[in-house]
Amino acid sequence: MKEPEIDDLKKLLKDSLPPTHGGELGRDLWPAMLQRLDQRTLRVPWWDWALLATLAAALCIFPGIIPALLYHL
Amino acid sequence: MELLERFAAGDVDAFESLFRQHQGEVYRWLMRIVRNTAVAEDLTVETFWRMHRAHARFDPARGNCGAWLRRIATNAAIDHLRHARREVPLPDDLPATAQQPPGEQIGLRREILRAINKLSPRIRAVVLLALVEEEPYQRIAEALGISESAVKLRVFRGVRILRKTLSEAGVCP
Repeated sequence: MKEPEIDDLKKLLKDSLPPTHGGELGRDLWPAMLQRLDQRTLRVPWWDWALLATLAAALCIFPGIIPALLYHL
Repeated sequence: MELLERFAAGDVDAFESLFRQHQGEVYRWLMRIVRNTAVAEDLTVETFWRMHRAHARFDPARGNCGAWLRRIATNAAIDHLRHARREVPLPDDLPATAQQPPGEQIGLRREILRAINKLSPRIRAVVLLALVEEEPYQRIAEALGISESAVKLRVFRGVRILRKTLSEAGVCP
């Protein structure tokens, strides 16, 4: 591909999509960052819930294991 | 202990200082790729979140936090473009400029946006950075973690696809 072909397309693109040059950030994003950090800290992974559900189901189906479990705790 | 060393050790105050130093720069870089203020803000937070998660892997001896952040931001932007590709066309919420196209050129602008939206996220990011924003190839290469010749190759591929798509739509660049 020749350079003039790229230049032609570049001109067409720039005429239709003016360069942003980035623009300016309108607000401080630190509060949003803190919120994100807090959310991630509090989130419980799905496998923890799965483990809890499995344990609850096992206790319901086999209530006899409760004393054994308490003994080992 | 220097700021970068404290950050690498997990110090939240150091992270906040780095965030405040670099948030504007990261946001401007993301705007060049996603061209939407709300998305660029969200991705700025996402970029710093990824940085925070990876603090233990950061080597303070390398020192160039800005380049590292640009690389994380570019990956976050490409991930966003990948997920948003089928749902949302390329957003462009920039204010009108003195060279805003007149009424008859709105169709042309729409075709160009459609053609850019058809590009794969990796090529789209390079095309926008290189051809629209006129970022140096070296800077784009650093941000993508590829060589300058690979950037040129992506630009050529992007130009070829755009020319083909626009020709099919009756627009001859």
